[in-house]
Amino acid sequence: MSATSLAYFSNNTIYSCLAVFGLAFLAHAIEVSWSVKNLENEKKTEFDFGRTERSGRIGTAMMILGFLLLIVADTTRGFSAGRFPLGNMYEFSITGALTLTGAYLFSLKKYKIRWLGLPVSISVLLTLGTAIMVLYRPSAPLVPALKSPWLAIHVSAAIISGGVFLVANLVAAMYLWMERLELKGDRPAWAIKIPTLDELDQLSYRLIAFVFPLWTFAVIAGAIWAESAWGKYWGWDPKETWAFITWVAYAAYLHARVTVGWRGRRAAWLCIFAGSTFLFNYIYVNIWGTGLHTYSGL
Amino acid sequence: MDQENQDDAMSSETVTSSAPDIGVRGILRWAWRQLTSMRIALILLMLLGVAAIPGSLFPQRSQNPQKVDQYFNDYPSLAHWMDKFHLFSVYSSPWFSSIYLLLFISLIGCVLPRTFHHVRAIGKKPPLTPRNLDRMEGFRVIDHAGPEALAVAEKWFKQRRFRVRTTEDSISAEKGYGRETGNLLFHLSLILILVGVATGGLIGMKGEAIVNVGERFINTPTSYDTISYGKFQSEGSLVSFSLTATTFKATYNPITQQPTDYVLSTMVSHPIGSAPKPVTIRVNHPLTFGNTKIYLQANGYSPIVTVRDAAGVITFQGPTIFLPQDANLSSLGAIKVPDMTPQIGFIASFLPTASSSPSRGMFSSYPEVLDPKLVLSVWSGDLGLDSGNPQSVYSLNTSKLKKIGLKALTLGSSYTFGSGSITFDGWEPWVNLQIVDDPGKVYALLGAIAAILGLLISLFTRQRRIWIKVSNRVEMAGLAKNGIPGLDTDLDDLQKRIQESISGLPGSKREEE
Repeated sequence: MSATSLAYFSNNTIYSCLAVFGLAFLAHAIEVSWSVKNLENEKKTEFDFGRTERSGRIGTAMMILGFLLLIVADTTRGFSAGRFPLGNMYEFSITGALTLTGAYLFSLKKYKIRWLGLPVSISVLLTLGTAIMVLYRPSAPLVPALKSPWLAIHVSAAIISGGVFLVANLVAAMYLWMERLELKGDRPAWAIKIPTLDELDQLSYRLIAFVFPLWTFAVIAGAIWAESAWGKYWGWDPKETWAFITWVAYAAYLHARVTVGWRGRRAAWLCIFAGSTFLFNYIYVNIWGTGLHTYSGL
Repeated sequence: MDQENQDDAMSSETVTSSAPDIGVRGILRWAWRQLTSMRIALILLMLLGVAAIPGSLFPQRSQNPQKVDQYFNDYPSLAHWMDKFHLFSVYSSPWFSSIYLLLFISLIGCVLPRTFHHVRAIGKKPPLTPRNLDRMEGFRVIDHAGPEALAVAEKWFKQRRFRVRTTEDSISAEKGYGRETGNLLFHLSLILILVGVATGGLIGMKGEAIVNVGERFINTPTSYDTISYGKFQSEGSLVSFSLTATTFKATYNPITQQPTDYVLSTMVSHPIGSAPKPVTIRVNHPLTFGNTKIYLQANGYSPIVTVRDAAGVITFQGPTIFLPQDANLSSLGAIKVPDMTPQIGFIASFLPTASSSPSRGMFSSYPEVLDPKLVLSVWSGDLGLDSGNPQSVYSLNTSKLKKIGLKALTLGSSYTFGSGSITFDGWEPWVNLQIVDDPGKVYALLGAIAAILGLLISLFTRQRRIWIKVSNRVEMAGLAKNGIPGLDTDLDDLQKRIQESISGLPGSKREEE
């Protein structure tokens, strides 16, 4: 296949992904909404996921299918341009959606977190939707500064770290929500399946402790690349600065947790703050920012 | 724990010191203890993150001095005040420096004692078995097992490379000292990175030079457009080399109009005067001499013109460097001809592929030279070159000049103005070379690699203690640092091993806490 037809193939596959993730979203939505059961005596409602087990399974199956399709779309996009599909915001977004789905499916195998299926499918739909509507650029070779093996190393390390940071943020947010519910009394029925506060707390910590070295590596790999592309390994470019701020925030989180003994609510807030610096970096620098990291073509 | 020991040592010292000293020394001790406390270190770390923010919001001199000037033009009084707080040079400001220096002092004050402590702990035995194991994690009991269990356990510990302390009726075992080793390695590496960064700032140099293709660049201070040295770098210490830019090739994607490759071919003599060798410099592939690297950083066009006076005598001939204004390399510049009376200056636009539209006027529609035009305005009068004030070579000071003509020239055409004529002869590409000597970056890189290693070791080493005690039954328990999972698996495994070795005995029971 020629480069152009590969690129078209990739685009069409992305459209199919949208449809499949749409179905996944639908299935997860049905799973949640149809499991609502009115209790007769009280004015309370209850969630009974037993009734919608099949719908949940369909949701997971669609997620797996979407994940596989995304792999195809992403690799064909890469082949069509003759490089790693990380050259602009469009490619960054579809690769990001791929890693997010991958992280979810991987965790699903280890932990019972199908309750995350709904938010994950929404996030993937939004990411792919924005990628197609706003960020799309024709498949093309890279500008000279991006032509380096470090592109794949630096950007994929950053993107994987980002995916895990976001999952940790979701878990921390879930912690805060569950804690609020528990302060009011017992958890409502629908929340019983969600892990205990302690487990959520531990899970977000473990995710961060696991991925912090990778983020450190992403920053350092970026510095090594910058040294060969821009002539200095650290120039306080806005994106570098915010990567540094994210690094510092997570370092503070780990210290607060391990050495000072922060747990629970304070740790969750700090985790969410650190994750927001990453999101801010992604959005601000790519869309409104200046500096050397602006490859989005926006 | 180490920190506490340290504090104890310090406070007992304070008590024994003589009375008059307590005042000053006491305060100093107190300050030092505060500075090296985890709480302050954490605050400094957060502060460092917050302090880095303004530098990403306001233009910085180190990155984009033109934008800083622009800011001063747009908001003069605000910019003046912001400058007093170093907001245009955040990362070299006293307040930013003081935060990270305090943080590193705090780090050193914390990490060095811990390092000594850790080194002394090499080869030491684990702490004694606690009296009440049932208060520890994963407590379990194997009934009907006797002292023979100790031998089995010791073998099990040795196989898994636990450190073991045996007493008559118990074993205390510990594993995972690597956690602290990695932790210390990481923090010490950060210090090495700082040393690397500081070295690069104190010695080393950085400069930029624009070189027309066909010209030779000799590495002496006068060849540079801008050059800056580290505080302790002598100015005569440049690497001896010269470089002739023979050809420069830029390729563009015809659809997106984005550049796809830049290739600069050069003949390099290193040292100066030696036989030149052909070398290619590309983006991401700088030319390297030891710590000095030569980068291809930017490129543009220099239109070549000939200016004649009324008598037809050539008063100016050659390429003039123009600065690119957009992605299609519309380039702007000034040609100054002081040797005419009156003096003549041109403000000109070089359009590599000229197009025009009613709304935009003339513009360049492609970065390669396909249909070049030189759009110029002619100014006559005093160029102001003798006033003593430095002037940009890329712009004309028109305060004492009068505009006498306007013309778009195609390649090879001429324009005759009042006292002479100008001919558009051709063009040449130019390249911007950035030359950097940073002897510190090796240390920074080593520090960075060691830091990642340290992080990996410390975050993936599980530190845990396991105790086993024998009386008329066997008691086991453990302790995992930071509640890291896996302790139960270890205990289960050990229990199984002991039970197997004394098989035939009834099974054990695990006590619920």
